[in-house]
Amino acid sequence: MILVIAEQRDGALNPATWETLAAAQQMDAPVTVAVLGAGVQGPAGELAAADVAEVLAVEHDALEPYTPDGFSGALAQVLEQTGPELVLFPHTYQTRDYAPALAARLGRMLIPDCIGSKDRDGRRVFVRPMFQGKFVADVLPEGSAPHFASFQVGAYRADACRRAAAPAAVRAVAVEVDAAAIRQRPEAPFREAKQAVDLTQAERIVAVGRGIKGQEHLPLAQDLARALDAELAASRPICDSGWLPMDRQIGSSGQTVAPKLYLAVGISGAIQHLVGMKGARTIVAVNKDADAPIFEVADYGIVGDLFEVAPAIVAALEGS
Amino acid sequence: MKIAVCIKQVVTRDWPLRAAESAKWVRDDDASFEMNEPDAYALEEALRLKERHGGEVVVCSAGPSRVSQVIREALARGADRAVHVASDALSTAGADTVASALAGAMRDESFDLVLTGLQSDDQGFGQTGVVLAERLGLPHATIIMEVDVAADGGSLRVKRELESGWFQWLSLPLPALLTIQSGINQLRYATLRGIMAAKRKEIRTVPMENAEARGQRILELYVPEKASATRFIDGPAPEAARELVRLLREEARVL
Repeated sequence: MILVIAEQRDGALNPATWETLAAAQQMDAPVTVAVLGAGVQGPAGELAAADVAEVLAVEHDALEPYTPDGFSGALAQVLEQTGPELVLFPHTYQTRDYAPALAARLGRMLIPDCIGSKDRDGRRVFVRPMFQGKFVADVLPEGSAPHFASFQVGAYRADACRRAAAPAAVRAVAVEVDAAAIRQRPEAPFREAKQAVDLTQAERIVAVGRGIKGQEHLPLAQDLARALDAELAASRPICDSGWLPMDRQIGSSGQTVAPKLYLAVGISGAIQHLVGMKGARTIVAVNKDADAPIFEVADYGIVGDLFEVAPAIVAALEGS
Repeated sequence: MKIAVCIKQVVTRDWPLRAAESAKWVRDDDASFEMNEPDAYALEEALRLKERHGGEVVVCSAGPSRVSQVIREALARGADRAVHVASDALSTAGADTVASALAGAMRDESFDLVLTGLQSDDQGFGQTGVVLAERLGLPHATIIMEVDVAADGGSLRVKRELESGWFQWLSLPLPALLTIQSGINQLRYATLRGIMAAKRKEIRTVPMENAEARGQRILELYVPEKASATRFIDGPAPEAARELVRLLREEARVL
C-alpha cells in the first residue's frame, strides 16, 4: 500500500496534494491518503473524490496548529497501524520541516524533491535533481519498507489525479498526541505588510540572476526592462545580497508568476526559481552556460555574455 | 551561548561539472571547492548571536581531508574552533550518513544551539539539519529568517519562512537546532587579521565509525532530458538580439 500524506491549512487542501496523489496512482499499488489536523472532515471528504482505496482522517486537537513534533509523532503511529510500503509527500516547506525527522526516527531516509519515479530492472527508483538541477539521479531506497519520498511541486499535474465514480471510504485513525510534549509553540502565520510590488499582474518580466555579478551592473537589466515595458525581478541570491528588494524575488520563497513574456538573464535556473516562473507563456533565457537548467524550460535561448546580449536586445528594440 | 554551526564543502558553483565515468557521481578530482552558500549564512548568524550574547562558535564539518579548507575559512571569519569528522567515505554521503557522523562527534559537546544551512548546493537533500536534530534529541525549526534569544537565555523566538511570502513566529526551548534560510543577514568576509588568527585555532579531528551509505543509493547520475524544445539563436550578439526581437514579435507575439 502507498500512503500519501495530504497537506491542509485551515481546512483548505494544499493543491500539491493532488499532484502527489497523481504520482502515487501511476505506481502499481493501492493508494491510501491520510490528512492530519483538528477538524479535517472537510478536506477528508474532498480527498474521497480521488480514486483511492481509503481516506484516513487523523484527528487530534494537538495537531492544530501544525508542529514538527506533533506531526512526526502522530504519523509514526499511523504508519505503525497501517504498514505502508511507501509514504509519499508533496515537497512543501511543511514536509521539509518534519518528514526527514519522521523517516530518521524509523531508521529510514526521505528521498526528497523527486520529479518522477520509474521501474528500473524491476525496482522502483525515484528521480531527483542534484547539483542545482544540472543533473538528475535515479535513486534507490535502501533497507526495508516503509520508504519515504517527496515530490516537487509541479512535477505532476493535479488534474492527472484520477477521480472515482463513487467516493472512497473515510476512516478515522486514532492517535495519541501529548500537547505538553510538543516543543515548538507556533504563532499565527502572517504576510509582511510591505509587499509593494505585485509581479503576478505583470505582462512582461525581466528577471536577473547571479550572472549580473554586481549591483553596479543592475542598470543593464533595468534598461532591458524599460525597453520591453517589463517589470524587473530577480532570483533569490540577488535579493539575498540586498541588490534588489525581497518583494522582487521570483521562486518558491518569493512570488509565482505567469506573464506573457519572461526574460531570464544570467539565471542558471535552480528548481526553487523554476517553480516560480515556469508557467510563463513565453520564456527567453540568456546565459553563458549552454547546459544551464533554465534552458530546460526556455522557448528561446541565447548562449552568450549577458553584458553583450542585453544591450544588443535594447538596441534591437529601439532600432525599430 | 555555545553555538555549533555545521558547514559542508561543495564544488564551486561555476565549476563545469561532468558526470563521472561510473555515472554515480560527478567528476570532481580536479574541481575547486567552496563553502556551501546556505551554510555561510548559518555561520554569519552564529557569529552575530555570539556578538550579542557571548559564548563561542564551533564549526562542525563532516567530509574528507579537503574539507579543512572551508573549516579554515570559517575560523578566519570568526569561529573559535572546529570539529572535523574525517572520512573519505563522506565525500559523496547522503544526509542521513552526514547527520549521523556529525551527531556522533557533537553529542558530548552539549551545544546550546546548533545552526545549519537550509540545504546543500550539491545533493540538495535539505534534511541534514532536521535529521541531526532527531539524532541529538533536540527540538528544531526550519527555514529561519530571524532569531531572538529570550532574556532568560532559556528559549528562542524565531521567524520561519512559509511559502508564497508568508511567515510565522514560533518559540522553542534551548538547546535547539535551526536551519537558516539564505538571505537572513549580510555575509562578512575574512580579514587578514582573521586569516592569521585562524592558523592558531584548534581543529579537533574525529574519525568516523560505520561510514557505509544508508537509506538511499544513487544508481545513475545523468544530464536531464529537456522538457521543452528550446530554439537557440546563434550568431554575434547584435544579430541574435535582432532575431530574438523578431521572433518575440512575429512568432510568440508577446511584444
